[in-house]
Amino acid sequence: MDDLLREFLTETSESLDVVDVELVKLETDPNNRDILNSVFRLVHTIKGTCGFIGLVRLAGLAHAAETLMDEFRNGRPVQPHAVGLILRTIDRIKEILSAIERNDGAEPEGSDADLVALLEAEAARGEAPAAPVPSPAAAPAESAGKSGRGKPAGPKAVAAKPEPAMPAAVVEAVPGVAPEADAEVSLDELERLFRETPVETPPPAAAKAPAAPPAPAAASAARRGEAAPATEAGGVAAQTIRVNVTTLEKLMNMVSELVLTRNQLMEISRRTEDSEYKVSLQRLSNVTGELQDIVMRTRMQPIGNAWQKLPRIVRDLAQELGKHIELEQHGAETELDRQLLDQIKDPLTHMVRNSADHGLETPGARRLAGKSERGVIRLSAYHEGGHVIIEVADDGRGLDLARIRAKAIENGLCTEADAARMSEGQLYRFIFHAGFSTAAAVTSVSGRGVGMDVVRCNIEAIGGTVDVRSKAGQGTTFVIKIPLTLAIVPALIVQAAGERFALPQSVVLELVHVRPGSEHSVRRVNGRPVLCLRKQLLPIVELGAALSLRPADVAAPAEAGENALIAVMQVGSLQFGVVVDSVSHTEEIVVKPLAAMLRHVAMVSGSTILGDGRVIMIVDPNSLAQLAAADAEKAGAGDGGQASQASRGEEKTSLLLLRAGPQGLKAVPLALVTRLEELPAEDVEELDGRPVVQYRGALIPIVYANERVTRRDSGRQPLLIFSDGPRTMGLVVDEIVDIVETELQLQLASGASEIVGGAIINGVATEILDVGHFMSDAFGNWFEVSNPNEAERRRLLLVDDNAFYRSMIEPLLKGNGYAVTSCRSGGEALELLGRDEAFAAVVSSVGSGETPPGEIDGFGLAEAIRGELGRRDLPIIALASVSEPELIARGRTAGFTDYVSKFDRTGLIAALNEFTRHDRQEAA
Amino acid sequence: MTTHATHAAHGEAGGHVRQLVTVRIGGQLFGLSIDAVNEVFSPEGVTRVPLAAPEIDGVLNLRGRIVTMIDMREMLKLRSEQPAVMAVGIESVGDAFGLMIDDVGDVLILDDAERDPNPSNLDPHWARFVDGVYRLPSELLLLLDVERVLAGVGHGA
Repeated sequence: MDDLLREFLTETSESLDVVDVELVKLETDPNNRDILNSVFRLVHTIKGTCGFIGLVRLAGLAHAAETLMDEFRNGRPVQPHAVGLILRTIDRIKEILSAIERNDGAEPEGSDADLVALLEAEAARGEAPAAPVPSPAAAPAESAGKSGRGKPAGPKAVAAKPEPAMPAAVVEAVPGVAPEADAEVSLDELERLFRETPVETPPPAAAKAPAAPPAPAAASAARRGEAAPATEAGGVAAQTIRVNVTTLEKLMNMVSELVLTRNQLMEISRRTEDSEYKVSLQRLSNVTGELQDIVMRTRMQPIGNAWQKLPRIVRDLAQELGKHIELEQHGAETELDRQLLDQIKDPLTHMVRNSADHGLETPGARRLAGKSERGVIRLSAYHEGGHVIIEVADDGRGLDLARIRAKAIENGLCTEADAARMSEGQLYRFIFHAGFSTAAAVTSVSGRGVGMDVVRCNIEAIGGTVDVRSKAGQGTTFVIKIPLTLAIVPALIVQAAGERFALPQSVVLELVHVRPGSEHSVRRVNGRPVLCLRKQLLPIVELGAALSLRPADVAAPAEAGENALIAVMQVGSLQFGVVVDSVSHTEEIVVKPLAAMLRHVAMVSGSTILGDGRVIMIVDPNSLAQLAAADAEKAGAGDGGQASQASRGEEKTSLLLLRAGPQGLKAVPLALVTRLEELPAEDVEELDGRPVVQYRGALIPIVYANERVTRRDSGRQPLLIFSDGPRTMGLVVDEIVDIVETELQLQLASGASEIVGGAIINGVATEILDVGHFMSDAFGNWFEVSNPNEAERRRLLLVDDNAFYRSMIEPLLKGNGYAVTSCRSGGEALELLGRDEAFAAVVSSVGSGETPPGEIDGFGLAEAIRGELGRRDLPIIALASVSEPELIARGRTAGFTDYVSKFDRTGLIAALNEFTRHDRQEAA
Repeated sequence: MTTHATHAAHGEAGGHVRQLVTVRIGGQLFGLSIDAVNEVFSPEGVTRVPLAAPEIDGVLNLRGRIVTMIDMREMLKLRSEQPAVMAVGIESVGDAFGLMIDDVGDVLILDDAERDPNPSNLDPHWARFVDGVYRLPSELLLLLDVERVLAGVGHGA
């Protein structure tokens, strides 16, 4: 009985999914007799099967629902609340089914009297209103004519009355059959029984016997002519059989084995001249190939399977939210590996719910916006270059850019200034951050701020990506891109430390052969090898060492910078190089999961069997990327001395990444950039031998970031505008690459004066440009005038635990005529102040990051200077990254003379000038 | 399946007869329940799994299945000069495993009543996997619990 029950459970839950879909269709298209009939048939089958297996509760429910459905079939108009009632019944049936599954076959305790009563009442109610309304009479008449069934109105009334007694009848009737069937039942017999059950049930309604019993079979038979779609659907169903997944997996394994054997035979035949069996072998080879293809296709399923539950979900949501929603489906036949199909279901459901709840407006709002009241959610799927693209689009209000921006700032994901500079696309992507919800109200459906980040995680877990497009007032579209299958992936077979490995081709960008004198080279940054590839610096990992097959300190050829093969890979936004010993070929590999005890092993994600029968490991690109990222960090902080220590309490800084000249990436702190402009080449004029350009009614000097920046004769070139008080200048670069938010770990060493230092940003070595240098370059004369002699320079003590800010502020202060001594902690500052009293002022950062225990922060420093050192007159200026009233108040109490924002350079200089003037006058 | 078999055997101690496949690992004789053993094969083309536990010798392709090879000598902390040339194929929770051993002997039919509990001075490494001792005329045979061996992989002493 076990197998029978299991079969029943699978079959029934599948049928129920179909019923769901069909019922929702019926609700929107109540006069469609085909849908009605097919729903009726399904419910009827469920009833029959339940009764047969002895599931009393299920049979009772299904029967009551069937009775009501029969009313519709007999011409009663389909009303939404009645459909709702049937849907509720279906839900109850599903609950019971899952309980049966859990309880190992036993129906759960409980009563369905409530639902049955409602269903019966609804069915009975049909009699009264049915008569006075003329339309129901007309409809059956029409359908009667079509279906060839006589007198539908008459028996209907009769049918409604006696049937409520039916559950008992069914239950009684069934045990009569069941005992004999209990032990062994052949499928044929079962089918026959199912067919017969309906015939057995109606007897109490003897009067209508001639009309009703043939209903399911005869009606459909009679309408076969005009109801082509329904019949066809039935036909397709009949052509498929259910196959156990393990059988398919076994089949797949056998085919792989066959392919291996074929490959070996081919190899042998290549070596021998004997052509006698070459023809047969060729034939065998072709057949094997086709077989492999077909078996692989058995794993594929139409994506429509993952959409099946959506119409019902949308319908329920629409009712709950009081919206009119239409769900369009396109490309449901697009095929996808069944494993992926399972994993995409939940994210899709979530996105559709989101669209229904947030995306689409209420009918009223839609009317006001001049749109049709009915909102559309459009699901579409199609293949594109080895990937499946799934789009979930709505024609609703679109994402609220202002709200996302506000929320992002509120959640501390970016600063106001960053947000102002971001493109719409960048801002939209914030919705994929954890805990981010723009829903003003939390509804039962969504708005709790969990969701889109989970969606993103789920999709990324299967190697996919998700993106969002939106247009205010016109709607939002989510685009999901996932690989066709995880079971068969194109891979690059490489060799490292004497063993072969497979690298998934999807992450391999290119192969680079580094030789002495070749275009690309391996260099060392802080003792770590990096690959100089065109304009990029990529961290590299050595595959043999990463897999611990070769000690890391034994230099692979690549590290010596000669004759290395490097596979350039990209995972997420990180690009890195993987050094291998040799590359053999690419191959479509069949991914074989490793045993459970090996799944947690880092660096390998699975295995595959090659043509020669050997098992090789598939390298996990994510682990390699983590290693490369860690390596890149080390390269950045390796022997940076102070710089590496400064990284402790570091905050994130927004940087504008750009290219200037052919070498590598450069960056400027975004906070220093006033605007980004496009410079039309013909607008560049010369004044006093220096290039200038008209900008907002003034002439501003422009400076090229270095000699190697292209000087264009025509077209436009990116121009960064910097302003410092009354001075505004333009910096010409080649290309604006990106805006990134990153923790800066600065290496201070730098030969060129226009560079503050280098840093690794997203794994790429990047030079940070010194804006102060360009300023003095553009306003050279200006500075010379204002710069006092070396001897007259007033000495400043700059305290900041962040090497980056120190290096940004130092040149500025120096440029304004101060001699600067900088240190990184309050403790150091106190020591310096205690030894040397000649400082004219102290500039100290406050409230940036965490202060390690035992160290003195800015506030502590000010207190100590005023207290322990007794320096009541020494101006102390607080540099703050945030300006909050409490912090300012705290600063005043601690003894700070003034409080200036970190990026307000004019303010800082003004404050210094003001507070040190007294000092200067005294000195003079 | 294998767990069911051993549990059933535990249940009825007296009079129950076991069929044991005898294997030699580092000179010592062990017995494995015949229900647990699928086949005996000689491992060829074993591929190392980088960064895996030392007891895992690697994986190999056995008629299209990936079989994880477990070095029994490593598990039992036994040393031997010759490389292991035989393997016992077993299956657990859908995965195929091969226990690398030195040699395979006869199948013995032994009465459960003759099984003695583990001696108290049994090496703790061994005690983790051994489920009793049979005193054969010539030597001792230790009953190896395959499930416990698999559970012990990667949790080396």
